[in-house]
Amino acid sequence: MALASVLGSDYADFSFDTDKSYAFGSGLAAEPTSIENLSFAIKGAFGSAEQDDVEKKIEFLHGTTTLAFKFDHGVIVAVDSRATAGAYIASQTVKKVIEINPYLLGTMAGGAADCSFWERLLARQCRVYELRNKERISVAAASKLLANMVYQYKGMGLSMGTMVCGWDKRGPGLYYVDSEGNRVCGDLFAVGSGSMYAYGVIDSGLRQDMSVEDACELGRRAIYQATYRDAYSGGQVNLYHVHGEGWTRVSQDDVLLLHHKYQEKL
Amino acid sequence: MISAQSFGENGKMKDYHHTGPVEYRFSPYTFNGGTVLAVAGEDFAIVASDTRLSEGYSIHSRDSPKCYKLTDTTVIGCSGFHGDCLTLTKIIDARLKMYKHSNNKMMTSGAIAAMLSTILYGRRFFPYYVYNIIGGLDEHGKGAVYSFDPVGSYQRDTYKAGGSASAMLQPLLDNQIGFKNMTGVEHVPLSKDKAVQLVKDVFISAAERDVYTGDALQICLITKEGVKKEMITLRRD
Repeated sequence: MALASVLGSDYADFSFDTDKSYAFGSGLAAEPTSIENLSFAIKGAFGSAEQDDVEKKIEFLHGTTTLAFKFDHGVIVAVDSRATAGAYIASQTVKKVIEINPYLLGTMAGGAADCSFWERLLARQCRVYELRNKERISVAAASKLLANMVYQYKGMGLSMGTMVCGWDKRGPGLYYVDSEGNRVCGDLFAVGSGSMYAYGVIDSGLRQDMSVEDACELGRRAIYQATYRDAYSGGQVNLYHVHGEGWTRVSQDDVLLLHHKYQEKL
Repeated sequence: MISAQSFGENGKMKDYHHTGPVEYRFSPYTFNGGTVLAVAGEDFAIVASDTRLSEGYSIHSRDSPKCYKLTDTTVIGCSGFHGDCLTLTKIIDARLKMYKHSNNKMMTSGAIAAMLSTILYGRRFFPYYVYNIIGGLDEHGKGAVYSFDPVGSYQRDTYKAGGSASAMLQPLLDNQIGFKNMTGVEHVPLSKDKAVQLVKDVFISAAERDVYTGDALQICLITKEGVKKEMITLRRD
């Protein structure tokens, strides 16, 4: 499998039973604090005591808010920066936008290690494509590479919800890829536990002919509103703009300062 | 081990009677406690850990430090399951040697951090139950701290606490080093002596309120001169 070959080790047997989660037998009926992966995920309310032979029907939303939308002048990508391990905020300064190459961006939602590992691997594959074909990879192809990589691990517990954003010869490109196997092209996506709040703000203000500045402000405001209402989102708002020459890091704003700014405007 | 079978639906304990087959399962993990902390300064880094090794209600050892020296400029602190800490540090040492032999130079802190991330992710489906924090000097001589989760997600920080008392220490560091939630305060850069004193104070507080932290504190101070270790006693109760 891809994972085994990349790490150069002999992990042929992936048949380990991942349904049973681990509890450390300390002799106490301690609360089952299973290994808390630093993640953007809200641990399921089922806790670790459930045995599911069937795939969980309810997919818990992941603790984060990321969004991306296309408009006439390219793609705007906006993310928050909070990472939680259960109810503990492990970090307020996580980079949830991964710079795959100077014209491709990937966002992170779900398991932090899953997202960063597979997107780093994607960066490597994109570079190999460039070397082999002497031209840049398209956004469609890059997203397909990622989707195919994680599809091999479907059902094994990977948690990744990412948007691949870029600019290629077909113009602005935006794809949503996740660990369930979904890969869809679209003009607007918001992923994470705060996504509904972000959708509300974006849907009410988005116009295709917006100026770059207005579009940035819309993305920023949407993330801010999501961090306001969603407990699992917060920290800073990181904003990127993808255009014909590649991507630009537009701004990084602390949510607390944005709050004061918007309050003053009222 | 209190199994779920002994509680009825309404939460009250059922009367003792034959409950049917119950599956007991061996767990490959255990929690050995311990707290680790790392702070990065302008030209130094500090990695500190307590030295208590516990399991459940018992203390196995009062002299089991959790800081491991990797190179002259990098120290790693590992807490969680002691078995996995030992194996992981052995693997890191071996990989460092291999790198030195093939590339004729020592690994930099950033490179060690990136390598550790892939080592941890290699066991994505049977993780090393270890919370790692790497402290050291980067290629420019500035202090660097890298914090990890058990499956390899990592980022560079200025300061980080990990392990059992991390949730108690981190807010204090956020306030004193990061100047968070304070207005009208001058952001003075952290000096070496201030940083060491802060680390001592912070661990004394952790030992007060966390049962798994105590006995002694080992501080590793990393400067361009090398790694200097210091031991301070903490509460032994």
